[in-house]
Amino acid sequence: MSGPNKYQPTSAFGKWFHERLPIVGFAKDHMLDFPTPKNLNYWYTFGGILAVMLVVQIITGIVLVMHYTPQTDLAFNSVEHIMRDVNYGWLLRYMHMNGASMFFIAVYIHMFRGMYYGSYKAPREVLWMLGVIIYLVMMATAFMGYVLPWGQMSFWGAKVITNLFSAIPFVGDTVTTWLWGGYSVDNPTLNRFFSLHYLLPFVLAGLVALHIWALHVPGNTNPTGINIKGPQDTVPFHPYYTMKDAFAIVVFFMFYALFVFYGPNYMGDAVNYVPANPLVTPAHIKPEWYYLPFYAILRSVPDKLFGVIAMFSSILILLALPWLDTSKVRSGNYRPIFKGFFVVFAIVCVALGFIGSKPPEGSYVVWGRILTAYYFIHFLVILPLLGLLETPNPLPASIADDVLAKKKPMMLAPAE
Amino acid sequence: MHVRHPVARLIAEAVSKTHRSERRGFTRVTHIYDKEFGEVSTADHAPTDVNRRDFLFIATGAVAAVGGALVAWPFINQMNPDAAVLALASIDVDLAPIAEGQAVTFKWRGNPLIVRHRTKPEIEAAKAVKMEELKDNVARNANAKNGDLATDENRVVGGKAEYLVMLGVCTHLGCVPDGANPSREFAVVEGATKTGGWFCPCHGSQYDTAGRIRKGPAPENLAVPQYAYLSDTKIRVG
Repeated sequence: MSGPNKYQPTSAFGKWFHERLPIVGFAKDHMLDFPTPKNLNYWYTFGGILAVMLVVQIITGIVLVMHYTPQTDLAFNSVEHIMRDVNYGWLLRYMHMNGASMFFIAVYIHMFRGMYYGSYKAPREVLWMLGVIIYLVMMATAFMGYVLPWGQMSFWGAKVITNLFSAIPFVGDTVTTWLWGGYSVDNPTLNRFFSLHYLLPFVLAGLVALHIWALHVPGNTNPTGINIKGPQDTVPFHPYYTMKDAFAIVVFFMFYALFVFYGPNYMGDAVNYVPANPLVTPAHIKPEWYYLPFYAILRSVPDKLFGVIAMFSSILILLALPWLDTSKVRSGNYRPIFKGFFVVFAIVCVALGFIGSKPPEGSYVVWGRILTAYYFIHFLVILPLLGLLETPNPLPASIADDVLAKKKPMMLAPAE
Repeated sequence: MHVRHPVARLIAEAVSKTHRSERRGFTRVTHIYDKEFGEVSTADHAPTDVNRRDFLFIATGAVAAVGGALVAWPFINQMNPDAAVLALASIDVDLAPIAEGQAVTFKWRGNPLIVRHRTKPEIEAAKAVKMEELKDNVARNANAKNGDLATDENRVVGGKAEYLVMLGVCTHLGCVPDGANPSREFAVVEGATKTGGWFCPCHGSQYDTAGRIRKGPAPENLAVPQYAYLSDTKIRVG
């Protein structure tokens, strides 16, 4: 990765091993000594929270597979078997189920943090794009996981989402038949989704390794957005950020536990406790909450193909964000007008989520269209123009200067 | 040694232009190897020459690419419908027990198959629709000829207008349109309230009494599968 390996083993065995596999030195450089800006706030702890959530999902997932049966006649009952018969099965399933929602809560905060502090700007474009790819793989993984309990929402969610591919001109039907392994969502579909749902988290782990690698080339951004100018701007990752991250993780776990123990089905849909029936569509189908903004965009376009294109574009446009934002100033803290637009954009995203949860009727349709238009205008018009028109506030000389300026009153206090 | 065959030489020349750096790499390695053994012969590896190694380079690459594609195919094709799925692809339906005004849903190829014994007013309402009023004026009937219009006659088989047989799969995103309440009112055409037909609960597509798309995001009429009358009141679907 970056920088020389400064690790000097003290024991004879340590030296022998280091010469053959320098993994301890590598870990020391990247997990303990890594120079990190000293001014990171709690918004920067969500990367660590996400890494822990991925591990939680993998561990709970592996043990759930020990009791689950991926077969259309048995899948629903095997999930109920986990809930009723398996020792602590209810806890493991609720951890996995709510863990997915927590994963998305953390990833959305992590993404908005990156958008506010301009973390995607040069030289971190590849880091950002890897993040977008991680987000896409996460969405695919969560979608296939939701199909596995084989309830009504599992089945119809799978049917609607796979049918998105039927909008592709000429080959759409061939592609959907291939995805299903039949003429509808059925046992072959459940089997392949199970296989891929088990695979993709490990792909995610690999992508996360690349994401951290790309992070450790330039190092972290920070709330001032200015580069590290010397050792006075940084602290070693351990113990400063291992402790800060650990504290944030504990607080996040308390929030997570609140749902697991007191509202395990709060974020789910009751209809998914009805076994899948391929002949009856539930009266009101909607995806899990974390897809709702994109579902709203899909429904806001009255044409099938263009609706699907708009939905996929709304995610893929994030890949172009480093080039759409023309401002030379990284952090939103020093961009007075951008700040306002950022808040509006965040509200629009939440509002789109609300529209996605409502039936496509009346004023919901109109609002859905206005908000969808604004979503794209933010990226394609506001961000490029703002960078050219806005006058940013003066930046501090260095990270250390900024930190000291804020801490001055407290530093003076003991001297009185 | 130079490549003599004119076609091979042409390909090798083209590749040597784009892959010069690799070729230099080869030359350098050979040179060291030769050095160790004290015999240096550079005549064959002059950097500008198109030689046998260039030809072997693309030939090997081409074989690997074709081989890779051939091996990939079984891994892709295994996801297509298997023999067991294809074997279940046809069913027989007895129409006699279906009363006028009644619709029965069967499961065919994993999808709901709607068989509706239409009433006279339903048939007349469907026949009264002009082709230019339709969003999709193609029959979408596997038993009709390509390019046939979506007239009511072309939506059924054998002129039996009373039996409408079609897939209950919305052509938007695959939900099952609801036709349970034939007296339900909805606006098939803007401003004009009509009754009957099918309504998709997912995204609000509306189909008329011949299963033709009239309103909403669905692009096509409900599909009529291939079927034939075995007797007056019996059909085989698929």
